[in-house]
Amino acid sequence: MKTETRREQFEPPSVLGNLLRKLHIDIPLFIGLFLTSLLSFVILYSAGGQDMDILMRQAGRIGLAFLLMTVLAHIDPYQFKRYSTLLFGFGIFLLLAVLIMGQIGKGAQRWLDLGFFRFQPSEMIKITTPMMIAWYLAEYPLPPKSKQLFIATIIIVIPTLLIAKQPDLGTALLVASSGGGVLFFAGLSWRFILGIITALASLTPIIWHFMRGYQRDRVLTLLNPEADPLGRGYHIIQSKIAIGSGGIYGKGWLGSTQSELDFLPESSTDFIFAVFAEEFGLFGCLGLLILYLLIIARCLFIATQAQDTYSRLLASSLAFTFFVYVFVNIGMVIGILPVVGVPLPLISYGGTSIVTLLAGFGILMSIHTHRKYGSR
Amino acid sequence: MSRIYSVKDDTVENRLFLNRIVAAFIIIILLTSGLIVRLIYLQIVGHEHYSSLAKDNSIKIVPLVPTRGMIYDRHGKVLAENTPSYSLELIPEQISNMDDTLLRLQKLLNIPDEKIEQFQKLRKRQKRFVSTPLLFSMNVEELAKFAVARPYFPGVDIHTQLVRHYPYNDLAAHVIGYVGRINEAELKELPIAEYRGSTHIGKLGIESSYENELHGKTGYAEIETNVQARLLNTLNEVNPDPGANLYLTLDIDLQKTAYDALGTFNGAVVAIDIKTGGVLVFVSRPGFDPNPFVVGIANDAYQALQSSENQPLYNRALRGLYPPGSTIKPFIALAGLEYDAINPQQTLLCPGYYQIPGVSHRYRDWKKGGHGSVSLNRAITESCDVYFYRLAATLGIDHMHSFLQKFGFGEKSGIDLVGEKSGLLPSREWKRDQKNQAWYPGETLITGIGQGYHQVTPLQLARATATLANKGKVVTPFLVNKIVSPHDTRPGPEIHKDTIPLKQDNINTVIEGMINVVHSAHGTAKGINQDISYQIAGKTGTAQVLGIKQNAKYNENSIDFKFRDHALFISFAPADDPKIAVAVIVENGGHGGSVAAPIAGQVIKQFLQENHEN
Repeated sequence: MKTETRREQFEPPSVLGNLLRKLHIDIPLFIGLFLTSLLSFVILYSAGGQDMDILMRQAGRIGLAFLLMTVLAHIDPYQFKRYSTLLFGFGIFLLLAVLIMGQIGKGAQRWLDLGFFRFQPSEMIKITTPMMIAWYLAEYPLPPKSKQLFIATIIIVIPTLLIAKQPDLGTALLVASSGGGVLFFAGLSWRFILGIITALASLTPIIWHFMRGYQRDRVLTLLNPEADPLGRGYHIIQSKIAIGSGGIYGKGWLGSTQSELDFLPESSTDFIFAVFAEEFGLFGCLGLLILYLLIIARCLFIATQAQDTYSRLLASSLAFTFFVYVFVNIGMVIGILPVVGVPLPLISYGGTSIVTLLAGFGILMSIHTHRKYGSR
Repeated sequence: MSRIYSVKDDTVENRLFLNRIVAAFIIIILLTSGLIVRLIYLQIVGHEHYSSLAKDNSIKIVPLVPTRGMIYDRHGKVLAENTPSYSLELIPEQISNMDDTLLRLQKLLNIPDEKIEQFQKLRKRQKRFVSTPLLFSMNVEELAKFAVARPYFPGVDIHTQLVRHYPYNDLAAHVIGYVGRINEAELKELPIAEYRGSTHIGKLGIESSYENELHGKTGYAEIETNVQARLLNTLNEVNPDPGANLYLTLDIDLQKTAYDALGTFNGAVVAIDIKTGGVLVFVSRPGFDPNPFVVGIANDAYQALQSSENQPLYNRALRGLYPPGSTIKPFIALAGLEYDAINPQQTLLCPGYYQIPGVSHRYRDWKKGGHGSVSLNRAITESCDVYFYRLAATLGIDHMHSFLQKFGFGEKSGIDLVGEKSGLLPSREWKRDQKNQAWYPGETLITGIGQGYHQVTPLQLARATATLANKGKVVTPFLVNKIVSPHDTRPGPEIHKDTIPLKQDNINTVIEGMINVVHSAHGTAKGINQDISYQIAGKTGTAQVLGIKQNAKYNENSIDFKFRDHALFISFAPADDPKIAVAVIVENGGHGGSVAAPIAGQVIKQFLQENHEN
């Protein structure tokens, strides 16, 4: 399956450029991801207490993730579409398996131990859910009618609830928004969207009733972190101090006193943005946000260039989910959203999330580099 | 018509999709602007405020760890306390030449090389300004030597902390338990705020089951520190709430008597205050010294404890499972009376064996040649097996099971310790479920003399004895009598009271038999009736460790020690107004009467003497 009709306007005539194109790599997106990953090393070195081991492990993960991205970029998007239902079903099966094993064992269970490595099915669901919804909606004319909306909603709700039950609120949120993203880009009417927002707002007391104790604590802490400075409020207070003390220009690389003095918990993982903001200041933050926005813009552009409904729904939803990552993580670190376990994409240390994220970008690249004819 | 609708209109869809992409981008820009506004608020508007909190002098919120509550016995003797311990700590950042400093310290204090290595490892994992310990629990001599030389060691200092100490060492380790360093698994389960700063947590015994009460409530202080993390100023302080002191029902002197009385044997002694259910003695021998666990027991020492044949870490009183042997007979006798299966006056002939009609197998009596003509009273006094084989056959396993269950056999007593075993009270259903087999008549017979599947813990045996002595009012054992916090004094666990409906005449008949065990000339425990002004009611028991073949003879001297029978004894006193119930199990002790009963006799004597004086 050779596709020789790529139409990049500014094709660098270099050897590297040729190689990347042979690999079905989208160069602008690749540059964005590569820069962000480099930034990840810079911040991790500081946030992790200048520990080379941490960097090496992160490098291993990023390497693996880029490899997976390249492999996925090579696959024709038609194949993704074809196996959407199968992959989604398999993901749900794994989720159930994890849930049942968790009930046999004790406490929260998110991992499936395959002996040689541990696998988190909820990560896979982040990609297979939008694939499934896109596959389903692409069969019908858009915008979707109420029957299709109903079925699509069920497809989103099932994995979301299964993951929320683990309990992993952060991932559940990402899965819901990846599925919801597809619906939005499929043309869900604005009136319907407003209706959902109103319904959710009026359902708040009921949701509150069903929340677990620690989830309620997180919301309460957000409203008044000073009430519990040693416990729930600790993260937020310390991260606000770190960010605020960074000022406009920051304290410079390795200049973070808050993470250095161990005031800032989880400074390498979910709260790494606080270290970044302390060291690089407001300008650094703006730079990082612009980098993210450029990646998102490129992804949305890829979506507009996609040639079939499935591809563009999937591409746009993946782009949107990436933004949700950024927004929820930064929002929680700067104290405007409750603390849910969502990492700063491509930068936080560890987690399988980086692999999933780059897998998503691999699919985006596949969509873009396998176009059969030019854009209309 | 519907066909027309289902045809995709590419132009409409394309326009719709592009609109959505634009809308999404606008939403993304708006939300990002929200983030930026917040960042501006924090980093420009709030910069000065947050800088004052973080710049040169940092405000740090440090936890103030509460002092752990003490544990006392019933007479106020200290069982667990907090003693100061001194450690030598180094702050790498403040030491210009680390190797030289270590070398000089090593010379000064005779520090072994491995401690230096340990320190080096620890140092690598920590930040340079963190005070890192080199020596723990320094003795007076080391303290004095360092104090003199201190000016020559900038960055090295002595730190004091409170360390849990158990003055009675191995005497009651199974009851009190111990605290140890919080491990990763525990860290995940613990409330973060409450344990920020705490290093230890109760791992076993009372220390574990009353962790919440003993730990107290963590306070915090907002302190100002400079870049070297040195304390400059305390801004605001919320004091910790110290842990509550626990007063146990345990009598540590009585515990010592029982522990010493076991001598070199392994075994368990449990004594219960019948009136309250308070546990007076809870011995599992051999014990172990809990103190090394507090500071972190050395691996080889732990391995030695783990692999010891005597299993010192094993709580025999709480978790040891033994066949009750003949100590079950008073309960079977009472079941016989309650179900009208026997007449206490009626006698039967004991030829030394019992046969199920039509079966050739002979169920033997412990006394070769038999006891002759026996009544119920004599059957208990002399522990006649044939009488109880026959009674068991009449009662049947179903009646025996439901009757024994009321005395707490086969279930946890509910004592305030974690890890209690429920034992095993066999029944038809149990055998069908677990072994997928029918219940055989022969198994009913041996259950009647406490052999076979039936397994009890020493605690269960003591509890059942106390309930019998209490005339059927169920005794529930507990260890914590009072919880005294700075704010209030609370009683220990709530005791749920239950009564087994029993005819008092029947109980008295059984107790009479049990008195004769100790006080008649034929009694199996007559050796302990000397020099006492009260009556003891008791019952001896012997539990087989090794199955004896049909025609083989059990010869105590010819078999290996570890296969010798376990000796058991249950008792309560004074028989007319029972105050204390004692159960004793001596592993491989041989005979209940000669080995186990004297231990109970000593415990009873000491307890009654003390409580008469008061």
